[in-house]
This record gives sequence, structure tokens and C-alpha cells, in this order.
Amino acid sequence: MVITTEHLTYTYSPGTPFEKVAVRDVSLTIESGEMVGVIGHTGSGKSTLIQHFNGLLKPTSGRILLNGKDIWGEGMNIRDVRFNVGLVFQYPEYQLFEETVYKDIAFGPHNMGLDDKEIDKRVHEAAEFAGLSADLLEKSPFELSGGQKRRAAIAGVIAMEPKILILDEPAAGLDPRGRNKILNQIRDYHTHTGNTVLLVSHSMEDVANFADKILVMNNAEIFAYDTVENVFARSEELKKIRLAVPQITNVFHRLLDDGLPVPENVYTVPYAKKKLLQLLAEKENAHA
Amino acid sequence: MLKDITIGQYFPGHSPVHRMDPRMKLLLTIFYIVILFCVSNPFGFIPAVLFLAGCYMVSQIPIKMIAKSIKPILPIIIFTGILNLFFIEGESVLVQLGPIHISWQGIYTSVKMALRLVLLIAGTSLMTYTTSPIALTDAIEQLLSPLKVVHFPAHELAMMMSIALRFIPTLVEETDKIMSAQKARGADMDSGGLIQRAKALIPIMIPLFISAFRRAEELALAMECRCYHGGEGRTRMKQLKYSHLDFVALGVTTVLLVIIIILNIIPMPFLNWLL
Repeated sequence: MVITTEHLTYTYSPGTPFEKVAVRDVSLTIESGEMVGVIGHTGSGKSTLIQHFNGLLKPTSGRILLNGKDIWGEGMNIRDVRFNVGLVFQYPEYQLFEETVYKDIAFGPHNMGLDDKEIDKRVHEAAEFAGLSADLLEKSPFELSGGQKRRAAIAGVIAMEPKILILDEPAAGLDPRGRNKILNQIRDYHTHTGNTVLLVSHSMEDVANFADKILVMNNAEIFAYDTVENVFARSEELKKIRLAVPQITNVFHRLLDDGLPVPENVYTVPYAKKKLLQLLAEKENAHA
Repeated sequence: MLKDITIGQYFPGHSPVHRMDPRMKLLLTIFYIVILFCVSNPFGFIPAVLFLAGCYMVSQIPIKMIAKSIKPILPIIIFTGILNLFFIEGESVLVQLGPIHISWQGIYTSVKMALRLVLLIAGTSLMTYTTSPIALTDAIEQLLSPLKVVHFPAHELAMMMSIALRFIPTLVEETDKIMSAQKARGADMDSGGLIQRAKALIPIMIPLFISAFRRAEELALAMECRCYHGGEGRTRMKQLKYSHLDFVALGVTTVLLVIIIILNIIPMPFLNWLL
């Protein structure tokens, strides 16, 4: 499924003293099956933008198209849009409400009007994707640990099998292990299902590790929307809007400045390690 | 959006009424209510109405706000009006229908009751329009503090009120977020019958209650960490002080009381058939 926005603008509280343009004239296309990282400061409009993709907010002006059809157009049911575009909010564990984890994950599929057999299948699949063991399903969601709650809430959206999955800061407030676990599971989900995934994050490292493309929002507008390499190649501009490239990239830029023959386009630690070991081996060979 | 709802009725401004000490405003509001119940002569309502109209003019609160504050209790006014109209015993009966009868006395009493209710609401609304909720809690705390002698928890009561007021916007925002999250999972809140709609509230109410309890616990902990131990020996940033404005207002209100008492005492034989 392809999402397109055309000159999307959204204004909060129009006509009052609190008027604020949160998204200004955003036009972009997210192709089917892409993994896009969305980055920007607090208040840059990224959360407002993603809430348009599943029709929670209606644009002040402009259009959002899903496979070429305006989601607010005639003959479109906004609930169907929400089943196709799953949105996981920030701190989604605060939306858990059912008696058991199973029932909570089943809330979405149940709203879709699926039969019990299909719901059961989806709940188990979603729980597996989210890394929740089967014995947790019968527990109360309020007995789980913080990370487990988070994953249960994400499973609740995955169980609707949306063609596009949007996650707003899924790793916020978790310890490093919980972070990695969730992000790896999201990547696995992306590779297994081939669905589009949008990952909103503050961390350049996370985005560099997981995304194919990066959307950078700044002051309610698109600052950049391109591949990881192309976006990080503009590191000087990124610094100007007070966004940094990944730390490892900075390290390599400094090494370059010092005249070492390292590559410029290093964004992840494993890749950096590989390159450095290569260089060291070459050096040793040269000595020998 | 839920964010657009107004909290309390406070209508910010800088009029003399706004600048008055909240304690005096609270006391004068109670005073005015007492005065309203002293009125026994129908002409007594004229100064009472003029007084309130004058207060609204000074405070620069738009008159249409009165209509807004009376709207919710309109059914009560109409109900009491109708009851009085039909069931007040009177000598000069105009219409008789079995046990139901309308007399001049009935008409007079129902008009009097309705007018009294309207003035009551308009008067108390003026106070809430011109006083911020926080100032009002401060005033309540100060006015009740003499009762501390008999171990009345004045400070605690005021603290509870300010915390409740403080958390209304937070909880509204939270509700908004939870509603969006459940809508994203296909919750349908805008259609269906009454029972279905009530059921659709469960996914919102439960997370909301849980987060309210969580917040309460966190707040209690934070207060304890900062050595909060109740009202004993606590000083305040905003000291309440009576100014000349307050005494002018007190004087004007007392004059109103005197006028009404005089009107009550003056014999008006031509009204005897009514009373």
C-alpha cells in the first residue's frame, strides 16, 4: 500500500490565540514495503503528521491518499483506513485495559468483525512477533513488566495485520536491552511480512540501524526525505538544525580529518568494526 | 477536540471586581444570597437586580454570560415556577380545574421564586467569572482557617481542591490520547445505541482510572520527597490583602441590605391582597 500526502497542512485551534501550524505543506510518498525512519525535534510536527496517515486527524488543507484514493473522499470508511494503517502511539502500554493480555490483543481484530478462529490465530501470531510467550496471554496486562506491557500493546496493533505499521517512539523509556529487543522485533516483522513500517525516533543510531529511508521534520516542514546515506551526507546541515548524525559517523569524520584512510559513509557500529578490522589487517600486511 | 473545553468559568480581566480580594468576593456573594432571601416586598427586587447589573457592568463580563450560566438550571426554574403556580393556596382564584387552581398569589410566588433563583445563579456566577479557581481555594482556606482550632482540616481541604483543579487539564489531555489510541485500534465511539456507546467507554475509562491512580501515587511521593507535611508553619507566595476596593464593595452591599430592609418595613397597603 502506498501512502501519498499532497500539500498537507494542519493547524491546531485555528481562529484562536492558540493557533499553531503543526504541519506545513507536506508532500511525500511512502512506497509499499519501505522501512522509513522519522526524525525531528519535539514539536517538529512528526507526531501530528503520522496521526494523519490513519485518519485520526483531518488535514486543515491538502489530501492524504492511500493507494491513490483520498482517505477523506466519498465512499471511504475511515475505520477501514485505520485497519490498514496501524498506529502505535508513544507509551502504548497506557492503553491496555482488558482483563487478560489475550483479550487486549484481540480488541483490534474484534473491532474488525473477524470470527473467533481468525482472531485466535492473529492473537497468537502477533504475540509471537512481539516476543510474548504463550503463558503471558492469560495474565492480566497489569501484572506484566514495563517492556512486556509495551510489547503487548504493540501486538494489539500488529494483530490487525495492517499493511502499514507506524510506531511512535516504540523504545522510549526502556532500558538498552528492552530497546534492542523491541527494535529487532520490529525489523523481523518488517522482513517477514514485507509490510511498510514507519519508525518515529529521537535516536539517529536506531534509525541508521533499521531504516532504508529517513524523513527529517523540522519546524512543521520536511527538511529531508531520502535514503540513509543521502541524509547523513548532509551532516553539516543537520547540525544546523541541531540534529546529529550517529556518533559513530562523527568518529569516522574525525578520523578522516586526521588523515586516516577510512570511508565516509559509516552509520552503524558493526559496519564500522568491519571496516576498521579490514584497515588494520591491511596495515599489518603492509608491514609484513 | 476535547482540548477546547473550558475549565471552570474564569473570565480573565483587570476590572475592580477582578482585583478584589477573593475572600471578600466569597463573603459578599454569601451576603448577597442572604439579602435575596430577605426580600419580602416585590419592589425589593428592583434594587437587587440593579445592584447585580451594576456589578456585571463594573466587572466587564458580557451580559450574555448570565444566560450561559442560567441555561443548565433552566429546567429547575421552570419546574419550581410551575409547581408554585398551581399549588399555592390563594384567595383570589383566577382559574379552577379540579384540585388545580391558579391564583394571583400563585403567580406572584412563582415569579418571585424564579427571579430569586436567577439572581442567585447570576450572583454566584459573577464570583466564579471574576475569580480564578486557585484564588478561590486560597480564599476558602483562609476563611476556614479559624476552624483549625476545632481540628477542621482547612489547609488539607484547600490542597485537595487545588490538586483536583490542577489535574483537570492533564486528565483531559490523557483522555484525548487514550481515545486516539483506541480509535487507532478501530474502537467505534460515535455510533450505536446507548448501551453500545456506554460499552465503548470501557476501553477509555479503565486506562484513565489507572493513570489517575498512578499520577496520584507519584504526586504523593513527590510531595513527601519535598518534605510536605500539611499546613503547619507553611508560608504562601501570594499573600491575600484587603484593599480599599473591598471595603467600598462591602459598603455598597450593606447599603443594598438597608434599602431592602426599609422597603420591607414601609407599609404598602395596596399590596396586602398579594401577600
